[in-house]
Amino acid sequence: MDNIMVISGAGDMLMDIGIWDAIVRFQSLAYILAALLFILALAGLSKQKTAQRGNVLGMIGMALALVATIVVAVAQSEQVALGTIAIILGTIAIGACIGVWKALRVKMTGMPELVAMLHSFVGAAAVLVGFNSFLMDPGFPSYDNAFHMGEVGLAVFIGAVTFTGSIVAYLKLSAKMSGKPLTLPGRNLINLALVVACVALIAWFVNTVGIEEGLVPLSILTAVSLVLGAHLVLAIGGGDMPVVVSMLNSYSGWAAAMAGFTLGNDLLIITGALVGSSGAYLSYIMCQGMNRSFASVILGGFGGGTPAAAGGGSEEMGEYTEATPQEVAERLKAAKRVVIAPGYGMAVAQAQYPVADLTRKLIDRGVDVKFAIHPVAGRMPGHMNVLLAEAKVPYDNVFEMDEVNDDFGDVDVVLVVGANDTVNPAAETEPSSPIAGMPVMHVWEAGTVVVSKRSMGNAGYAGVQNPLFFNENTDMLLGDAKDSVEAIIAAL
Amino acid sequence: MSEKKMTIGIPKEPYGYQMRVSVAPQNIERLLKLGYEVLVQHDAGVKADLYDEQYVAQGARIVDEAAAWGADVVVCMNTPPDEQLAQMHPGALLITRVNPRANPQLLDKFESMGITVLALDCVPRISRAQSLDVLSSMMNIAGYKAVIEAADSFGRLFPGQVTAAGKMPPARVYVIGAGVAGLSAIGTASSMGAIVAATDVRPEVFDQVESLGGEFIEIPVKQESSDGYAREMSSDEQSLAQQLYAEQAAKSDIVITTAQIPGRPSPLLLTAEAIHNMKPGSVIVDMGASEQGSNTELTKVDEAITTDNGVTIIGYTNLANRLPAQASQMFGQNVVNLFKLITPQKDGCYHLDEEDEVVRGMTITRDGQITWPPPPVSVSAAPAPQQAQPAAAAQAEAAPQPRWKKLWWKVLLAALAVVLIAVAPASMANHFIVFMLAVVVGFYVITAVTHSLHTPLMSVTNAISGIIIVGAILLAGTGNMVVTVLAAIAMVIASINIFGGFLVSHRMLKMFQRSSDE
Repeated sequence: MDNIMVISGAGDMLMDIGIWDAIVRFQSLAYILAALLFILALAGLSKQKTAQRGNVLGMIGMALALVATIVVAVAQSEQVALGTIAIILGTIAIGACIGVWKALRVKMTGMPELVAMLHSFVGAAAVLVGFNSFLMDPGFPSYDNAFHMGEVGLAVFIGAVTFTGSIVAYLKLSAKMSGKPLTLPGRNLINLALVVACVALIAWFVNTVGIEEGLVPLSILTAVSLVLGAHLVLAIGGGDMPVVVSMLNSYSGWAAAMAGFTLGNDLLIITGALVGSSGAYLSYIMCQGMNRSFASVILGGFGGGTPAAAGGGSEEMGEYTEATPQEVAERLKAAKRVVIAPGYGMAVAQAQYPVADLTRKLIDRGVDVKFAIHPVAGRMPGHMNVLLAEAKVPYDNVFEMDEVNDDFGDVDVVLVVGANDTVNPAAETEPSSPIAGMPVMHVWEAGTVVVSKRSMGNAGYAGVQNPLFFNENTDMLLGDAKDSVEAIIAAL
Repeated sequence: MSEKKMTIGIPKEPYGYQMRVSVAPQNIERLLKLGYEVLVQHDAGVKADLYDEQYVAQGARIVDEAAAWGADVVVCMNTPPDEQLAQMHPGALLITRVNPRANPQLLDKFESMGITVLALDCVPRISRAQSLDVLSSMMNIAGYKAVIEAADSFGRLFPGQVTAAGKMPPARVYVIGAGVAGLSAIGTASSMGAIVAATDVRPEVFDQVESLGGEFIEIPVKQESSDGYAREMSSDEQSLAQQLYAEQAAKSDIVITTAQIPGRPSPLLLTAEAIHNMKPGSVIVDMGASEQGSNTELTKVDEAITTDNGVTIIGYTNLANRLPAQASQMFGQNVVNLFKLITPQKDGCYHLDEEDEVVRGMTITRDGQITWPPPPVSVSAAPAPQQAQPAAAAQAEAAPQPRWKKLWWKVLLAALAVVLIAVAPASMANHFIVFMLAVVVGFYVITAVTHSLHTPLMSVTNAISGIIIVGAILLAGTGNMVVTVLAAIAMVIASINIFGGFLVSHRMLKMFQRSSDE
């Protein structure tokens, strides 16, 4: 009996409630589904098999959220509904065109730049949403409002830091700006001062009344945050970019979550938190890969700072042996087990295709070829894997450092393509080395190591000379990685 | 390469029982790479099914007995008898197992011959030297073989099964001593489906036992070792331990004892009484069996016997010798690793570095001078007793510092959260809960993501963080011109994110393929 009562009661209610209520219910349902789909999307990404499905789930979630939001926006619109629809759809169409164009055009080697640029958009959007939220609901003396103002201030702060930080990261990654860290004297004090200033400005902003009064501290806050974001990333060297990119990923998530708080929108909060924790975890992994604390990366200044002190001369290290591509080809032909250790240099030289070609040729000859990827190889997490996948290297031939590090002793030839610090034995043998304690790949335990490198002149990112190059069993293959690998293929 | 290549002689083992050979064909290539020439005596490996042709194919030369023993370096399994020793040149290097504690008379003999001897059974137990420790590699094989021998004599299955013909319980295997041999036995027995328990006097091996699928049964005696080997226990400790062994043995179907103390008789673990209390059909493999003493009171060395109450006791010494092909290859790899250490220039000339504690520890005579015993080496993992106290004190002092350091930001975050919730309007509480749950879910989901997909992960998270467009859309139709313009800009850039991010992820993910997909 009770059940029937409830059902009929609900039915009556449905009849009575207005369209507005129905829309709100639809929105809640859509948001719940969207949040769930986002979580499933990230869960799907855990394995290659399910990753594509995960991405599709993410798209469905996003579409649901957009439709529901547009319906709500139109329903509550104070303008002509048609005009609002036109603005929303028009702007989305413009953004979609730009996004699709970018996504189709980008080369896989340029992924880190693209990702950094996309982070900056989230930051900028967070700032704009913060401003809007303020304009719609400016300060007046009430407790709830003060709290709201504080949230707006924080959202704008995080958004602005993400915005300029990502732009600087983009410029560094795309080599439009030097990767060398900018080490202003007392840069940590400057950062601290900027942060303190932001806190003070937020406090001022919270206590303002009305748009005009509030706009002043909010604008100054935005400007200061923009400077802070740029300076933070300027001080970090190019090789620490994997951490920076993941960190900005995290920030962009927190910015979205803050925007969610200002708007009281749970979907934004959930999504922002998912993205924020994802980025934070990636940064943590990257820091572990370099055996550095998060703080030391953020405080910056690493790499290129003291090249003279750490670099040493090649004279001290002894003589290196140079090999011709023909000799390398002979070695590879004679080998039973080969491991290829790629680094950022492979990406720079666009050598992934010839490397993949070489791999196929060797496998056809019955050579066992594996790839060994250091966690921080490249300029963003998983960068090397994407490049190799692009060149159609099967992912079950690609291994993480930990999976293969004990087996280098059984390997006949290791081909190092554009990696340096990640294969530097000094990290384990020289406690005074700047990279001491960083986990490195034990390539030197293999029978022969062939290092493909542009020239002997340029040390790795950490500015440390690599004793590996001067080992008896190391052959240097100097020259552009792409040309070198192609020459090896020709010689095969 | 100033000097001429040295020759390494691999003689046929002179003792009849020896099935193994010191270097297998698989190891030859690496010795050649180090610059040596390798001379293998005719039919040296034939008992291990390793034939001359295989050696030749790898680049070794087949020679007669005199040439093998007359090489610059001779590698053999055991210290050879006088007849073979006499064929060595003065100044030559002999690499073999010597056991100088038990055979001090050998030292005088080496001295009078004027040869250098590296004892493979005197490798210091430090992690760097593990790759040339023949004791470990032979014990590893022996542990495996012990289980196989036990299974052979055991009248039932190892794994438990429920079949139409009835239910069979799994065999219970009890391993005493979790050294290399014991751990190998634990791993083998548990992979065969038995229920495995193990006891060791060193409680610190607990983790290793559990990781191989065994249950660790502690005895109320604790022992720390400064050189990586177990030492002899006092008589009190011993009787306590024996009680435990007896109790466990009575419950088990198979008992494998692995207690050996270098240079001393093996300790008695199972008394005749304990064996009498075991179930009929049980099997004991006594890996500590030796002429000087065995782990059980009833063991007959090199024999398998059955007691009156139906317990089989296998007392084979040298179980590794019963897997000669594998044992030869592993022994050979240890030898190769030793050559790597003493041939840093890879020029085919060995160089014994007195400063290197591994080399120093193994050198028992040098050009006819006795250099044994070496100065003591302390194992880093187990500090010597006299050092233990200050080290522990230092740790106690140092410990709170990093712990506090690690905690401070958590404490700070917690404090911030409490303050935030305390001052926030009540309507915010739900949002905080949602936020916190999402962070936790996020961490769990992301930690499962494989490293190779981190780039796509970033681009997908990037795309979904375009959800901020929701904020812009909701404010687009408010009628306020400025707000609408700002919202429009935000919508454009956020949708670049959404569409660009998803599309580029899709592009990337399409590329990942397995070799079987081609």
